[in-house]
Amino acid sequence: MMLKIRIIPCLDVDKGRVVKGVNFVDLVDAGDPVEQAKVYDAAGADELTFLDITASHEDRETIFDVVAQTAEQCFMPVTVGGGVRTVDDIRKLLLAGADKVSINSAAIANPEFVRDAALKFGSQCIVVAVDAKKMGDHFEIFTHGGRKETGIEAIGWAERMAEYGAGEILLTSMDRDGTKSGFDIPLTRAIADAISIPVIASGGVGTLDHMVEGVTEGHASAVLAASIFHFGTYSIQETKTHMQAAGVPVRLA
Amino acid sequence: MAQINKMTVIIDYGSGNLRSVAKAFEHARVEDVLVSNDPGALKDASHIVLPGVGAFADCKAGLEAVPGMIEALEEQVINAKKPFLGICVGMQLMATLGREHGETAGFDWIGGEVVEIKPNDATLKIPHIGWNALEFVAGVHPVLQGFEIDVHAYFVHSYHFAAANSENVLASVDYGGKVTAIVGRDNMIGTQFHPEKSQQFGLAFIENFLKWDGQPA
Repeated sequence: MMLKIRIIPCLDVDKGRVVKGVNFVDLVDAGDPVEQAKVYDAAGADELTFLDITASHEDRETIFDVVAQTAEQCFMPVTVGGGVRTVDDIRKLLLAGADKVSINSAAIANPEFVRDAALKFGSQCIVVAVDAKKMGDHFEIFTHGGRKETGIEAIGWAERMAEYGAGEILLTSMDRDGTKSGFDIPLTRAIADAISIPVIASGGVGTLDHMVEGVTEGHASAVLAASIFHFGTYSIQETKTHMQAAGVPVRLA
Repeated sequence: MAQINKMTVIIDYGSGNLRSVAKAFEHARVEDVLVSNDPGALKDASHIVLPGVGAFADCKAGLEAVPGMIEALEEQVINAKKPFLGICVGMQLMATLGREHGETAGFDWIGGEVVEIKPNDATLKIPHIGWNALEFVAGVHPVLQGFEIDVHAYFVHSYHFAAANSENVLASVDYGGKVTAIVGRDNMIGTQFHPEKSQQFGLAFIENFLKWDGQPA
């Protein structure tokens, strides 16, 4: 009888189409984000995250459609990240049916944007995405998928974002992302222990034990993964059953 | 209570995830769902829903900015006793007073204050975000029929409804102490969680609400 650890699948969306989606044979259109969202909804995913990786400005509008169509058919919490730069972007996403937005580069360019957004829409819908990389004996924030360094120290940054009104931190280890070698536990733990808002751990999941470790050792409140679900390596149900067996409280649908 | 035209009105006052709420109600197969900022629409409503996300003070101000809406709510919910559902901040507004961003008067339909959640375990994070198991603490309420102990609902909030009278708390969750999940009195019910985001349980809850005639038991 307590709050459960959230298992969050993430879908990368480019110009309104899923890239790296679950390749279920029974899907009529595997590139349709709404079809994919329905699969995760039915599987009992605790939340869903869309990461909009659309590069060109003119194609950005497609994400609003994706969110609106998802909200018509999926009755689960949805977060949208990628390209969230203005109060107007946030308003449009929330009106389309998103529950939370994830702010990344825009927070670094202008930290006050996070404060404004939290005041306007409430902390509960403002997630700040923190992409961190180990630099010597500490962690620093990177942008542009880990290519651009900012020189900002990660723990202090997360503390500052929490103070500015972020409701959650989506923490991705740029060293681990895509490696399947597990979350960066020291990074996750350092940030989760430093701030009083929830941390979603991301980047590096390859096995179900990694999911468990993010919580038991990394102290994350939620674990986000893309590849292990996309490629059908594990289902949401298998993940939850495994985590429960390891003593992590989960919601078994 | 036979309604000739059964219509649910979801109040639009510039706050929240109206679209998600409307879609969930439409999914629950009611004949009519109307999202409206017209206080006059409440007259024709069989059921009234007040959503709300964000801060208490902002939501109250948003509602006050719609001329005649609070008066129409009083008339239809308190006097005409139509079944009313408040969701998240829409539920909190039923309280006497909100303490988020200063003190703001609520509708005072259910005595109590909306206060910060203070878990007795310092490792518990605020906001309280995610799926928590409901503990139904009252007797059988028509809207809560058929739900087992241990059903989970989706929460995302930092403040909760501290009811003056424990009889008005229909369910709570454990988060370093009791956090109010559902309040109710007469023809009014309110959820701190988001039924529109609580998958099968949430939709079943909405269906129950839509079948409800407003009698508490």
